[in-house]
Amino acid sequence: MLSIKNLTVSIKGKTIIRGLNLEVKEGEVHAIMGPNGSGKSTLASVIAGRDNYEVEEGEVLYNGQNLLELPAETRAREGIFLGFQYPVEIPGVSIANFMRTALNEKRKYLGLEPLTGAEFLKLMEEKKKMVDIHSKLTNRSVNEGFSGGEKKKNEIFQMALLEPRLAILDETDSGLDIDALKVVAGGVNKLRRNDNATVVITHYQRLLDYIVPDHVHVLYEGYIIKSGGKELALELEEKGYEWIKKETVA
Amino acid sequence: MKDTLLDLYRKEQDAIRGKATPLVNRMRDHALSRFRKNGFPSTKKESWRFTDLSPLLNTDFVFDFRNKSKNMDIDKIFTCDVYDLDTFSLTLLNGWYVYKNAPLTRLSNGTIIGSLAKAMEVYPDLVDEYIGKAAKTEAYEMAALNTAFLQDGLFIYVPEGVKVEKPIQLINIVNAEYPVFLQPRHLIVAQKDADLTIVHCDHSLTHNVSFTNTVTEVYAEKGARVDHYKVQNKGRNSALVTNSFFHQKENSHISSNIITLNGGFTKNIVDHTISGSAAHAEHYGLYLVDSNQHVDNQVNIDHATPGSRSDQLFKGILDDEAKAVFSGKVMVRRHSQQTEAHQNNRNILLTDEAKANTQPHLEIYADDVKCSHGATVGQLDPDAMFYLRSRGLCERTARQMMMVAFAGEVVKKISIEALRNRISHLVEKRLKGELSICDQCVLHCNSKEPTAFNIDLSKL
Ligand SMILES: Nc1ncnc2c1ncn2[C@@H]1O[C@H](COP(=O)(O)OP(=O)(O)O)[C@@H](O)[C@H]1O
Ligand SMILES: [Mg+2]
Repeated sequence: MLSIKNLTVSIKGKTIIRGLNLEVKEGEVHAIMGPNGSGKSTLASVIAGRDNYEVEEGEVLYNGQNLLELPAETRAREGIFLGFQYPVEIPGVSIANFMRTALNEKRKYLGLEPLTGAEFLKLMEEKKKMVDIHSKLTNRSVNEGFSGGEKKKNEIFQMALLEPRLAILDETDSGLDIDALKVVAGGVNKLRRNDNATVVITHYQRLLDYIVPDHVHVLYEGYIIKSGGKELALELEEKGYEWIKKETVA
Repeated sequence: MKDTLLDLYRKEQDAIRGKATPLVNRMRDHALSRFRKNGFPSTKKESWRFTDLSPLLNTDFVFDFRNKSKNMDIDKIFTCDVYDLDTFSLTLLNGWYVYKNAPLTRLSNGTIIGSLAKAMEVYPDLVDEYIGKAAKTEAYEMAALNTAFLQDGLFIYVPEGVKVEKPIQLINIVNAEYPVFLQPRHLIVAQKDADLTIVHCDHSLTHNVSFTNTVTEVYAEKGARVDHYKVQNKGRNSALVTNSFFHQKENSHISSNIITLNGGFTKNIVDHTISGSAAHAEHYGLYLVDSNQHVDNQVNIDHATPGSRSDQLFKGILDDEAKAVFSGKVMVRRHSQQTEAHQNNRNILLTDEAKANTQPHLEIYADDVKCSHGATVGQLDPDAMFYLRSRGLCERTARQMMMVAFAGEVVKKISIEALRNRISHLVEKRLKGELSICDQCVLHCNSKEPTAFNIDLSKL
């Protein structure tokens, strides 16, 4: 589904991602771990289509098409979803209006009829239950004045509405208490299907107790320095990043 | 232009002075000598530094001191079927009050609404008690010019304790085959504990060059409440200068909201004196300008008494080579303790060529006050743009959504729901590039087709 080959990315002349390779197949869950500043969010942004990065080398294929040529909105309509590490506050734009517009633009792109207001509201109620967000939240402006937990739940809620084929969740777990974490993980698990895939970017192995990954990768200074199964996350938690660093150098 | 006007005055003074009260004519004489001395404001004056009138004054303007449009059938040129906004609708055509039955109406509750020219004949004492008291012709050149030539406009008098239920809508239409120079004059008085809402719409129906220089005086006595809305949707070739003078006493509340949807050249001057404690003044403004439009909002507020409050919020979106100017001055005098004053101007520039000059300014001589001011000039937040696009919104839709949201903060301040919905719809239309200045009345939208409003969940 997603195939990244030898990707090298820089920002303002500084190389952030160095020759990265990653294969994600339908039905899989991948976890990307790594210390702060290693390039995890940059990788997520490049896949989602943010345009303040320079791709120096390599390619990113999504279902066989060159993703890097597509504007962010087309990627979204093709089924890519980025759960932001820092969801943006947009005063004055209500979540309901935003999501209805987003969903209908996607449907139009896919050749489907737009949802009517009533249909949309019904769908929204369903999804709200699923991610356990209280009803008033969707009336409010996007992320404005939300607590950390509310912001993250709102990301999962948007994901539930848009039903992406490839979801990248950038530290959706950080700053969540255990209950919120369970809600977020529960949402992700409910949305798992054989024909979609999830990449969870996380700092802690904690989330991976709830969202069990098929593959774990460690990103360090722009390289994937180690890949393995879910047990790699546990090992990392125990021994810390220093261990991997030494191991790779050795 | 100054000499032309002075000559014209000499020739036409009988028509101009007409049936005005002796006091008004004395006021006129003062104003005229001020105009003779000061002329038009030049860019040397701080408050006009970025707004240059001089290129607009080269036209051979036509003046109508005798109400030549009197016999025009207003329904033939302008229909305003406001369908969910129930208002008293009054019309000025080329500066003159247009009426079907009577030029001046006295409602059963004592409210007087109608032509100022007629009011000077029928209620000279009421007019004389207020007119010119707030309009400072010494400090404001354009107000002096208006006063020197004043003939007609709107007169509203709301007696003590009366709440005027329906908003009063004044539609100021410019419709002429030739370049007209108009100077309407409005006088609005809310007596003790009175309550009224005025919606003042400025339109041009033709693309001809025109110049409008309006003075509006608003008086709110103790405990009165006045909501004043201006909706400006003028053609590219029109110049509009509005001079609004507000004077309020104890416990009164004045709220003003100036929405500029289009305008070739617009300068809105607000001068507001608060002379009673526990009074509250609110001034809001929204300007959406493109091509080479120019809009300037100047707001001067004088807290001349302890314990009053003022709030200002002006926001603008500038496209193409449009220019906007904001200058606000809040004066808190030495004895005006416990004043609360907030002032904010925010601009979004959509292009590199658009330009905003903003100068918020507080002049505080008291020490026990709560004041704040701020100004920003920037672009649409790129992080927010990416966030919206990452959910599948195209760039255009994302921009529109952010602009509507930005403008919404000012629109939200409109307290009448029907008017708020109407203006919010117009603003959306404007930001989608679908509002033309030929859409007749801004307060109706030519078609009655239901529009795709955002979902209001509170109503479900
Ligand atoms: N917009 C930017 N401008 C400059 N440097 C950036 C920008 N975004 C990220 N970086 C730098 O790129 C590196 C990787 O950042 P990031 O991808 O956010 O790491 P992570 O998500 O793994 O913590 C860091 O050194 C960060 O400072
Ligand atoms: Mg990060």
